[in-house]
Amino acid sequence: MGSRSSHAVIPDADSIRRETGFSQASLLRLHHRFRALDRNKKGYLSRMDLQQIGALAVNPLGDRIIESFFPDGSQQVDFPGFVRVLAHFRPVEDEDTETQDPKKPEPLNSRRNKLHYAFQLYDLDRDGKISRHEMLQVLRLMVGVEVTEEQLENIADRTVQEADEDGDGAVSFVEFTKSLEKMDVEQKMSIRILK
Amino acid sequence: MEGAELAGKILSTWLTLVLGFILLPSVFGVSLGISEIYMKILVKTLEWATIRIEKGTPKESILKNSASVGIIQRDESPMEKGLSGLRGRDFELSDVFYFSKKGFEAIVEDEVTQRFSSEELVSWNLLTRTNVNFQYISLRLTMVWVLGVIVRYCVLLPLRVTLAFIGISLLVIGTTLVGQLPDSSLKNWLSELVHLTCCRICVRSLSGTIHYHNKQYRPQKGGICVANHTSPIDVLILTTDGCYAMVGQVHGGLMGIIQRAMVKACPHVWFERSEMKDRHLVTKRLKEHIADKKKLPILIFPEGTCINNTSVMMFKKGSFEIGGTIHPVAIKYNPQFGDAFWNSSKYNMVSYLLRMMTSWAIVCDVWYMPAMTREEGEDAVQFANRVKSAIAIQGGLTELPWDGGLKRAKVKDTLKEEQQKNYSKMIVGNGSLS
Repeated sequence: MGSRSSHAVIPDADSIRRETGFSQASLLRLHHRFRALDRNKKGYLSRMDLQQIGALAVNPLGDRIIESFFPDGSQQVDFPGFVRVLAHFRPVEDEDTETQDPKKPEPLNSRRNKLHYAFQLYDLDRDGKISRHEMLQVLRLMVGVEVTEEQLENIADRTVQEADEDGDGAVSFVEFTKSLEKMDVEQKMSIRILK
Repeated sequence: MEGAELAGKILSTWLTLVLGFILLPSVFGVSLGISEIYMKILVKTLEWATIRIEKGTPKESILKNSASVGIIQRDESPMEKGLSGLRGRDFELSDVFYFSKKGFEAIVEDEVTQRFSSEELVSWNLLTRTNVNFQYISLRLTMVWVLGVIVRYCVLLPLRVTLAFIGISLLVIGTTLVGQLPDSSLKNWLSELVHLTCCRICVRSLSGTIHYHNKQYRPQKGGICVANHTSPIDVLILTTDGCYAMVGQVHGGLMGIIQRAMVKACPHVWFERSEMKDRHLVTKRLKEHIADKKKLPILIFPEGTCINNTSVMMFKKGSFEIGGTIHPVAIKYNPQFGDAFWNSSKYNMVSYLLRMMTSWAIVCDVWYMPAMTREEGEDAVQFANRVKSAIAIQGGLTELPWDGGLKRAKVKDTLKEEQQKNYSKMIVGNGSLS
């Protein structure tokens, strides 16, 4: 015997790397983490596995973040799906901006895709617009019971008004992007994995 | 029949050896030095194995021990800085960035999840169960491993099971006998003797090597002893060096028999399941116990659950509300010789004990610490945290504010509410809005 290497081979490692842009080392670490979260060794993660992360459960947006891993009503997320969502938070590196091949799909961690991820945290019904009602809901998640309904409505109204350009009472993705054009999105929505 | 005679002879020699070398010395608390020799051989073998592994592993495939080193670059700035604002600024669409980033940092790496699985070793200790990252090195190493398996399963395991069996039976019989005597100092002395002897036998059944530090601070009568919790063996380790009154639920089966027998010889505090829910009742009974200065110190594990011995989690305040003197004790196991952590969701008690008995040994350090009492103006929670810090520093463990109950239940909403409060203060400011 001796010892068996316990790095389970990651299926489709190459295609995942191409799609997400993670390095082999980062991918290994994330795979290690995926297996640690998958307590019952099912091979996929359920909502409960993610809810058991203490620091995530106390995050006011925790539930929304967990939902983003389960698009289209699915109940499980496998490793490629897990990494695909995490890829949004990969820091933007020089090699990403160099290869501006118009035929290739945009990398998952581009500024546009990062903004799109944030947009989707607001836009629950996926209709492409953040309505006043959806804005209120997110605000309520972040403040809990501390703020009155009236104050919250004022804030929501003001925010929608400021961002809304075509006057339809909702914030579309283009308007969202425009109102945040001065924001350093790349830095705020990035997590650097140490080698 | 010759075969039966031979078997009978072997059995009797075996038992005499066990009696002579292990049981009798336990009664007098004397050690014959056999375990020291065993430990020396073991340490030499493991050192040799480590050198072989280090020589053999190619450099690229060494994955750094990720249990304690962070894998992501953390931005630990408080909420105000992270939201790029001053106090009293208004809500921005980009505020979600901060929370989502924090959320993802938690998904990639969090402090708590890794505390409920066994500690990773830096170098392999020739046990299959700790074989996480190590690869085939050489034939010689494999041969040593095979030899190790034979020694552990065929020589050590039967010996240990015999000892454990003898230890527990002696405990039950001994305490029942002592319980028949009328209350007197003779009874107390005898009950101490029985407890200590049986605990020593049980510790030897696990090949336990325990170092006690600062024995002058050993918990006194009428006090409460508080320690970090890694496994049920903690109890065994502490009672080998002194007698304590245990606190706990009444169990059925073997544990129940042991509990009922023990309480005959000296007063422990066992609760029915229904009584445990009534906190006032529990506190009252414990207060009565420590008020009687002649009774043994109570042993409590405030974490409430087993943690993997790399950190100390939240101490529940209940034990610190009783009053009285608290004697903190830090227990740290050496994972090189055997992993003592009981992962109750993975292993039940019997398989856990079997794992313990087929490890090399259980090596641990126990530090007794000076007594602490609640100060003026300190509430139970602050006091609990103070004791927790002291234990963590002494044992070389990290401190975590999280509740050990997280491994079973969802986190309490109060922690989420704190974050929400902070955020509200920022965007609503002093109550005035544009």
